[in-house]
Amino acid sequence: MSLFSIMISTILVNNYVFARFLGICPFLGVSNKMETATGMGIAVTFVTTLASVITYTIQKTILDTLGLQYLQTIVFILVIASLVQFVELALKKMSPTLYSAMGVYLPLITTNCIVLGVAILNIQQELNLIQTATSAIGASLGFFLALVLIASLREKMDIADIPEALVGFPITLIAAGLMSIAFAGFAGLV
Amino acid sequence: MKLSTIFKNGIIFENPIFVQLIGMCSVLAITNSVKNSIGMGAAVVSVLVMSNIVISIMRKVIPSKIRIPIFIVVIATFVTMVEMFMKAYAQPLYLSLGIFIPLIVVNCLILARAESFASKNGVFYSAMDGLAMGLGYSAALLILGSLREILGAGSFYGISLFGESFQPAAVFVAPPGAFILLGILIALFNKFIKQRAAN
Repeated sequence: MSLFSIMISTILVNNYVFARFLGICPFLGVSNKMETATGMGIAVTFVTTLASVITYTIQKTILDTLGLQYLQTIVFILVIASLVQFVELALKKMSPTLYSAMGVYLPLITTNCIVLGVAILNIQQELNLIQTATSAIGASLGFFLALVLIASLREKMDIADIPEALVGFPITLIAAGLMSIAFAGFAGLV
Repeated sequence: MKLSTIFKNGIIFENPIFVQLIGMCSVLAITNSVKNSIGMGAAVVSVLVMSNIVISIMRKVIPSKIRIPIFIVVIATFVTMVEMFMKAYAQPLYLSLGIFIPLIVVNCLILARAESFASKNGVFYSAMDGLAMGLGYSAALLILGSLREILGAGSFYGISLFGESFQPAAVFVAPPGAFILLGILIALFNKFIKQRAAN
């Protein structure tokens, strides 16, 4: 698969939020304002890409050579948790402005299933290192796109007259469903 | 603390999906059939009960600063055990749940119960809390799974319900149907059960 088609496939055709249902919690949780959505999007892009490359290297050099594939889940989640902690510390030291912009979202990323999901799916699809990095960037850009789209919708819905029972999550889920139908139109593009 | 309150909270008043809205990824992804919903429900219940027991036993020796990584390692261990068990004894289920079995690790429900209940309460109550929350989660999975399979494939647990001439609305087994149906279910839950609880 060429890098370009991996990119199109992960951003649009197999969008991780609308078609694969990964990262739904932050998608619903932080999408009520455009500003927070952007912060979360940047933080996720950064961590997912780094985590995919590191977990890929660990899988190939340590787990595969020692025949320890069954430890994959435990090792990957530990790598992700410590990576998130490390990124938080490094950012605090090196770029305080960026840290204050995405600070609160960083700890949340550990339990964002997109990070672990992309890492495991890349191994299952037997991609090489460059393809892994591309698909991780594509996946997080797709997540970013979904988050920004739904956040801009929710800002408009705040001033709309919605039946009481539907206010908040229910109407957001229904809007996400309609958006997911639109994304289904990309099927067959790659 | 009474057992009946733990179960009432887990299944109805603090239902993980309809009220707390956590652990949504697997809910939306694997409820496309009743079989998958039951399998996922069973996996989550067993991981939740076992991790709650172990964390509750260790709650006095875990330093509070590094508790989250410790919780995650405990949860990941049980998830790996469940995954290997399924691979050995329920191969078709293992294949159809796929990536969502390892992803039970990052299901916020399990970490949330470890943090808010098991790390503060005794072993027996923690186990019961895990069971109650797991049952609430499974009940929601089952409701959504049955609705999606009946509307989207015209069958229940793989058994055809309406005969050959029935044209199912395939959108309900596809991703969009999951979002829309869950939205409607949460709205109904808000309308009828939350209001009654408030009264």
